[in-house]
Amino acid sequence: MSDTMRARPARARGARLALALALALAGPVSRAATPGETIAGAARGVVKVYGAGGVRGLEAYQTGILVTPAGHVVTVLSTVLDSDTIDCVLDDGRRYPARLVGADPARELAVLAIEGEDLPALPLVADLPRVAPGTRVLALSNLFGVAVGDERVSAQHGVISAVVPLEARRGSYEAPYRGTVYLLDCTTNNPGSPGGALIDFRGRLVGVLGKELRASASGVWLNYALPIDEVAKAYDDIVAGRASAPVAGGGTRFDPALLGVLLVPDLLDRTPPFLEATRAGSAAAAAGLRADDLLVAVNGRTVPSRRAVEEALGALATGDPVRLTVVRGGAIVECDLGPRPAAGEAP
Amino acid sequence: MQPATASRRRCDRRSARALPWPALVAVVVATATASRPAAGAEAGPAPPDSVLAAERGRVAVMARASAAAVAIFAGEAGGGSGVLVSPDGYALTNFHVVQPAGVAMKCGLSDGRLYDAVLVGLDPTGDLALVKLVGRDDFPWAELADSDTVAVGDPCFAAGNPFLLATDFQPSVSAGIVSGVHRYQGPAGTILEYADCIQVDAAINPGNSGGALFDARGAVIGINGRASFEKRGRVNVGVGYAISSNQARHFLGALKGGRIVDHATLGATVATASDGRVVVSDILESSDAYRRGLRYDDEVVALAGRPVRTVNAFKNVLGTLPSGWRVPLVYRRGGQRHEILVRLAAVHAPAELEAIVSGEGGPRQRRRAPGSRRPPAPGDEPPPGEAPAAPAAREPPPLPDALRGLHEARPGFANFHFNLVERDRVAAAIAARHPVERPAGTWRVVGRLADKEAFRIELAPARASIDLPTGTSTIDAASELDANPSPPGSGGLLAALVLWRRLILDGPRSLGRTTYLGTVPAATPAAAEPAGTAIPVYDDVLDAAVAGVEARFIVAADGAVTGIDLWTAPDAEPCEVRFAYAADGGVGDAVGLPRSFTVRHADTAFGTFTIDEVVVEPATENADSTGPAATAGDGAGAER
Repeated sequence: MSDTMRARPARARGARLALALALALAGPVSRAATPGETIAGAARGVVKVYGAGGVRGLEAYQTGILVTPAGHVVTVLSTVLDSDTIDCVLDDGRRYPARLVGADPARELAVLAIEGEDLPALPLVADLPRVAPGTRVLALSNLFGVAVGDERVSAQHGVISAVVPLEARRGSYEAPYRGTVYLLDCTTNNPGSPGGALIDFRGRLVGVLGKELRASASGVWLNYALPIDEVAKAYDDIVAGRASAPVAGGGTRFDPALLGVLLVPDLLDRTPPFLEATRAGSAAAAAGLRADDLLVAVNGRTVPSRRAVEEALGALATGDPVRLTVVRGGAIVECDLGPRPAAGEAP
Repeated sequence: MQPATASRRRCDRRSARALPWPALVAVVVATATASRPAAGAEAGPAPPDSVLAAERGRVAVMARASAAAVAIFAGEAGGGSGVLVSPDGYALTNFHVVQPAGVAMKCGLSDGRLYDAVLVGLDPTGDLALVKLVGRDDFPWAELADSDTVAVGDPCFAAGNPFLLATDFQPSVSAGIVSGVHRYQGPAGTILEYADCIQVDAAINPGNSGGALFDARGAVIGINGRASFEKRGRVNVGVGYAISSNQARHFLGALKGGRIVDHATLGATVATASDGRVVVSDILESSDAYRRGLRYDDEVVALAGRPVRTVNAFKNVLGTLPSGWRVPLVYRRGGQRHEILVRLAAVHAPAELEAIVSGEGGPRQRRRAPGSRRPPAPGDEPPPGEAPAAPAAREPPPLPDALRGLHEARPGFANFHFNLVERDRVAAAIAARHPVERPAGTWRVVGRLADKEAFRIELAPARASIDLPTGTSTIDAASELDANPSPPGSGGLLAALVLWRRLILDGPRSLGRTTYLGTVPAATPAAAEPAGTAIPVYDDVLDAAVAGVEARFIVAADGAVTGIDLWTAPDAEPCEVRFAYAADGGVGDAVGLPRSFTVRHADTAFGTFTIDEVVVEPATENADSTGPAATAGDGAGAER
């Protein structure tokens, strides 16, 4: 529990321990860092990330962690990154434009890159042992966008409550990650918190705060973090190019008309993907899609815009089964359209 | 406030940061193992004594702090929390807690008793209020800490009345850490602005409003009043905000004076330039800042002694200052650094504040102030979840017997009774400081200017004159004082000195409509003040509108008049007189008078006057009496 107790087991008795504690906490030489010093050190590597969004429930900000002095930033994969301009602001107020290096859609993590040297990184140590329930932790995040400019992100304290597999969703969206997470006795489920750093009392990065999700079973908002080994795997895959292509921007697009799905004209930045009609005899018509259906997901991935529909379909391989989730009269309806044709294939 | 030496403060600081964490460990360990072993279960090893000792220390601190916590109940109007800050019953709370409550409320303490309390002062913009509990003169109270020393990660705890649970008056305690300092949370309209506030993850829920945020020593570092809420409704999500104790201290004097206090504006707005500098983006030509030389596009470097690197930092400093204070402002233009003293103007017209306080101009009816930094997050408002009821009925109920005589309504004041209390307190201090035989006759003050030239001042009941190397000026002290500011270039020094003599001899009541304004940081801290203490010493300010002029008297705690600002017309530049006293007695000390004074008007230093001799004559039938009867002096010329 206490670092001092663990470091000096042989002296952990009575008055000698008191002396050790006093030395460790107050002495100028071998003193353990105070929580304030630990936070101050680690928070330099936590950045405020600004991108797309700005409407209720879809904030345009989240948190990122500088994991290399060269400017690699780990953050969560979210709509915030669905923007041509992503900015990272350090705790000294420096603002950097960020480039999306790649994303791991399974763990819903992304890596950004900013141009810098000798940046104050909070390193990813993949082989750090997992922390056990009862361990005290600190969460550093850009919650509620409270901190701006050179203001430091917010610090919260808590305890690891449990180490369990994640089963979570938000609305109709089901979290793809089913691996282990740390459940936290600390309210980290706040706007802007995702991507934040979970550190131990030595200032080591032990996890990354996850997206805002509810438990599938109970609907309770979850306070959780991805363990650092999972984060490291995602980071390695992304940087090595092994993770799937980023969802946002740049992906190949697929025209839903090839499935017989005729959407309203793409007139806005984010045209909501309403069905205008289905082509008679098409897979869409066979699946029972109707005019005025609103597409909300393609194979479980949310599609807030027409463009997102084209990109989500483009991310599938030819022959992959296509499943569209639509809202019809307030109800969610799932429609299977069969295998996706090739992009050049005539309907 | 208990004075603390610099060294003790530092010690307290270190122990405060170091101690509570082992204590927290102890809670976990003790709960898990030793304290309550399940029947038949094997108890683990006992926690080390040092850990248990730290825990006991924490429990004791929380118990002591809880004794000062106030549970405020305002019947239909809801309620909230407060904290006693003096043994005579003054308690700080939020404006939004007491606004719906009206003049009288019931306050519960952890001794299990319910006390009557009366509204004293209001600060709608800063969301502060002062109430006074009655029935004891030995209330448990908590010291206000220096909140500028609070750091992220420091342990802290709130003691209050969340969800109005404290029906047995026992406060709920929630512990946490400081999540952020120098936070800015914008206003609702022009009120309820949280500038330079402290963010905590200790649970702050509806009903905690107005209660104290304590540090590990049990000293008050803030007044909890606001939290960020979102999708889970109005319950804590680990993000609460407290008004800093230093901000509260800035306003405490004015609140004690029963006033409805206003916050300050510079008369200028700032914006971030493309290169990151904070520059003046707009400025009123009528503002004092403009008169002192600040212009559009100047870079603001520091305000009130604090560096300004962002717009937020500027708002953080300005938002904690009362209107009327004069603060240093540093700006840069063309590479040149300028430092000026700027008098801060009020944000509101008096009638606006009245409307806000009476509930007719509340935040929801008002537009957001221009330049508000960010839109309010959903639910990102003060948590008046203490059931913000409809404003109290128009006809105020009669005061309970315990509060009889403790309230007087007057426009501009939350409770004018307390203005008289403070005014009389200052009057008594002035009278005690100046053992002058009364009624007194002419005062003769002779001395030298900075260039060694002599000056001579005569202050008679009906006439005042000053001899300067540049000539002699005389005014009629018995009539209007505003006609001709004399001597020329001083802005009205003779009028200021006439009122100074009258204040000392006859007290504030002799100066027409005199009110107690509040406090300002003392220009020259008392010699007894330990060096390095960040908590400033405050002087009282009296405001008198008399004989066609307005004068503000700055009075130290010992009754010494340390300054006078005098306006001969509302828009005129004041004559600013600042008195200095000899630390070890000296000239004039026998009658409590100063050693020297300086006079400024507009941007010009009019003169520095060193006093060699003061002669205070007794009153006679003949105002032109000559024989000096009371003399004090330390120069050779004063020997007799």
